[in-house]
Amino acid sequence: MTQLLIIKGGIVYDPLNKIEGEKKDILVADGKIVEDVNERNAKVIDATGKTVMPGGVDLHSHIAGSKINIGRLLRPEDHRKDAVLRGKKTRGGVGYSCPSTFVTGYRYAQMGYTSVMEAAMPPIGARHVHEELIDTPIIDKAAFTLFGNNYFTLKYVKEGDIEKLKAFIAWLLRATRGYAVKIVNAGGVENWKWGRNVHGLDGTVEDYDITPRQIITSLAQANEELGLPHTIHLHCNNLGMPGNYNITQQTMDIVKDIKPKKSRTATIHVVHCQFNALAGDNWMNVKSGAPYIAKYVNEHNHVTLDLGQVIFTDTTTMTGDGPWQFALWNMTGNKWVNSDVENEAGAGVVPYTFKKNNSANSVQWSIGLELALSVKDPWKIYMTTDHPNGGPFIYYPQVMAWLMSRQARTDTMRELNKACLKRTHLADLYREYSFNDIAISTRAGTAKALGLTDKGHLGVGADADIAVYDIDSISWRPSHYDKLIKAFGKAAYTIKNGEIVVKDGEVVATVMGATHWVDAKVSSEVDAELRKDLERDFKEYYTVSLRNYSVEDEYLPIQKIHKAGGDQ
Amino acid sequence: MQHTDIVCPFCGCLCDDIEITIKDGHIEEAKNACTISRSKFLNHHKNRIEAPLVKGKKETLENSVKRAVEILSRARRPLIYGLSSTECKAIAKAVEIAEYTGGVLDNTSSVCHGPTILALQQVGESKSTLGEVKNRADLVIFWGSNPSEAHLRHIVRYSVTPKGLYVPEGKKGRKIVVVDVRETRTARMADKFIKIDHNSDFELLLTLRAIVRGENITAEKVAGVPMSDIVELVDMMKAANFGALFFGLGLTQSDGRHMNIDAAIGLVSELNRKTKFILTPMRGHYNVAGANTVTTWQTGYPYAVDFSLGYPRYNPGEFTAIDLLSSGEADAALIIASDPGATFPKDAAEHLAKIPIITLDQKTTPTTMLSEVVIPVATAGVEAEGTAYRMDGVPLKLSKLIDPSDGVISDREVLDMILSRLREVKQ
Repeated sequence: MTQLLIIKGGIVYDPLNKIEGEKKDILVADGKIVEDVNERNAKVIDATGKTVMPGGVDLHSHIAGSKINIGRLLRPEDHRKDAVLRGKKTRGGVGYSCPSTFVTGYRYAQMGYTSVMEAAMPPIGARHVHEELIDTPIIDKAAFTLFGNNYFTLKYVKEGDIEKLKAFIAWLLRATRGYAVKIVNAGGVENWKWGRNVHGLDGTVEDYDITPRQIITSLAQANEELGLPHTIHLHCNNLGMPGNYNITQQTMDIVKDIKPKKSRTATIHVVHCQFNALAGDNWMNVKSGAPYIAKYVNEHNHVTLDLGQVIFTDTTTMTGDGPWQFALWNMTGNKWVNSDVENEAGAGVVPYTFKKNNSANSVQWSIGLELALSVKDPWKIYMTTDHPNGGPFIYYPQVMAWLMSRQARTDTMRELNKACLKRTHLADLYREYSFNDIAISTRAGTAKALGLTDKGHLGVGADADIAVYDIDSISWRPSHYDKLIKAFGKAAYTIKNGEIVVKDGEVVATVMGATHWVDAKVSSEVDAELRKDLERDFKEYYTVSLRNYSVEDEYLPIQKIHKAGGDQ
Repeated sequence: MQHTDIVCPFCGCLCDDIEITIKDGHIEEAKNACTISRSKFLNHHKNRIEAPLVKGKKETLENSVKRAVEILSRARRPLIYGLSSTECKAIAKAVEIAEYTGGVLDNTSSVCHGPTILALQQVGESKSTLGEVKNRADLVIFWGSNPSEAHLRHIVRYSVTPKGLYVPEGKKGRKIVVVDVRETRTARMADKFIKIDHNSDFELLLTLRAIVRGENITAEKVAGVPMSDIVELVDMMKAANFGALFFGLGLTQSDGRHMNIDAAIGLVSELNRKTKFILTPMRGHYNVAGANTVTTWQTGYPYAVDFSLGYPRYNPGEFTAIDLLSSGEADAALIIASDPGATFPKDAAEHLAKIPIITLDQKTTPTTMLSEVVIPVATAGVEAEGTAYRMDGVPLKLSKLIDPSDGVISDREVLDMILSRLREVKQ
């Protein structure tokens, strides 16, 4: 592939290179951004009057593996409202909240997204995740391995053995071809294996006599000492429980003294923060806790967040947080799947409809936006819907509109109950994201937080993953938010690895993206000690043999390995 | 040559500790294997179809694929069926062929645990991987399933005798209950056997659930079971720290079908308000779970998928193989790793005999005898590698242990040939 491309005359937003809306040509050769191309041989894309950004990077989405596939299996009624025809170059399938794998890849690309992170991979199901990722076209992807309730994690935390914990993290990331350390309701999912939860950072993880505090700080410390590209990726305890802003704030605080990996200040990423920024005592009087969270984040530099923005629609909630999904089943009476994973993790799936006439849902909707608008530095907070938990990712353009246009927010607020809005501060917020802020929130910031150095920017040497949107950012006004939704929903061009994959919002080529994973190095002595533990405990407590556990290379036909640890 | 930790491609247990000895290109021994598995490994080379057949006559692979492509490209409503005893890449290729030809895709779950899936789509389910049962379960119930004869090592590897993290004493640490219409071999090793009347599982399940909820039931007997036994079972379930219910075709294919499973799921969900409880279907074919899994991530639906409108549609009862055949709709069939000619009801089998069939299989079966095109293939997990999903959803890699006979290729490769030739024909 030696296609040469010139994207000519567009207004470029490339925040990592401090380009904030300049008219600039972007040159591409061999899948990379370059300084110079021979114009005669190059294909020229006229981007005059259009907006050019790096391809979108979603750092938290549920797109592959057992959890989303349970969602797909559970919800034929969801598929029926969004059937997708096969095309000349594309496979058919289904969309909406639990899209089939092919449709997932196409639709992200159609929005100008070129990299998506699967946010929760149960280790023993890693092959399943990777098999689905093979069938997810166009985009680059990575999967975050679940660590927070893993038998070995809990054991080494109990023993206070950080070195072995580090060796285990390195080993499990390699075994599962994972990219980051994901923690879901630390200790709570372990207790859920007996039908119970954990309460508070100092609650007891029953069979280990340790606390969520110890699990989170140990994993964060190990993560930073290993020098992994991303921080710990944390789904806090007490998710979805009114009053939980408090535990979220405490959780951020317990890792503030951990020394971050060189080259970054963050030691923790708190996921879908909206679900963990609730004030009040119960669902009847739930209020926004966003100001407390925003204040903390504004005052500290070791935290990043993503939104988990709510969309008013019928969606499918799915998390690794078994006890929370059980609680949601009890609240809603909707169908409920619980799926516990031996020695490692759990999951739950419950369909849920966010309604405008539901006061709690209105508050939740406001909290997401309030967080995004109250955290001053856009490099600290990223746009997600925690697809499909807050809503399907196809609504990202709508979220961008809410962030960039106060009028878009007001128009939605008018449809909500006014009394509910008084429980939030959204109406008092006048800030509107700029195109540059949006570029940070959806690509530059996320790529930086993930440590994906070749993504999220358009500097020379970067991967040529580019989005061109048919919107003139100079003349655009927030009152034209419907135009924005249209433009961000159907990219004029999406370029993946230097190849045009989307034109005028339609998929024109289906390339195969890479799967990224982290190969971290630890001392061979500790590794040898770890292997002894693994040999013994796999024999005793697993139902698959250690030799059949690790994901083979053939499950990642195109892989990109990120080295960490050792001399890194 | 010695191979250890080999995954057995026979039943949904996918035991992964088989030790295979190979001598002179033949499997000599399969250690740790159950009798069925051992027989599959040791006899896989016997009675093999020697060469591709077109109308019963030996043909080259090339010509038989050509004939298959003619049949499929002329068909207006081809049925693509089977898939539960092959690996996932082959299943994915079959989905693609179904989509490309605008056909109907179905797998064998439509005649085994299809009702389980229908119930799941109605109410959900509480499940776990088998290691959770091994490590935690102090109560195990087998309902309409007989692992002693159908899933031979389930008992020793997962559910009854293994020592687990919180059940260090193994079988002594668990109570075993069997609910069935006859005293099976599994029932004979149970702590409690409950013999119920035929076709009355639904009533008993609902009664159990009602009592768990604290309802007062005045009947003296339900499903032929005295109330004292029922109450005793409820007490056992509520007293368990971790209960597991394994159910088989005794529940899915008796009167009530998916409603039986709906009731079982309801009972188990209800029990989660008191303690921890899970249920798991005893899947038969080793990769029937994989057939559902792959089809679901590719199309959104687990089986009974129609592509005639260019997008996937799901309707069990209409797009399920038996229904499509007995209604006379299908005008050609591509059968992969399955034997509907032997197992389908009369109406469906009769129609099958009338239409051109392409079958991919290792050995002669009633279906191959009905087929216009028969293509012998390598046995996945013995002569070809791939992925399979265990009954609890755990994916494992199947190994290629020996080479297939000269000129014999895998399901995946044959299907890939068919698909690329189909594309050429179109152009």
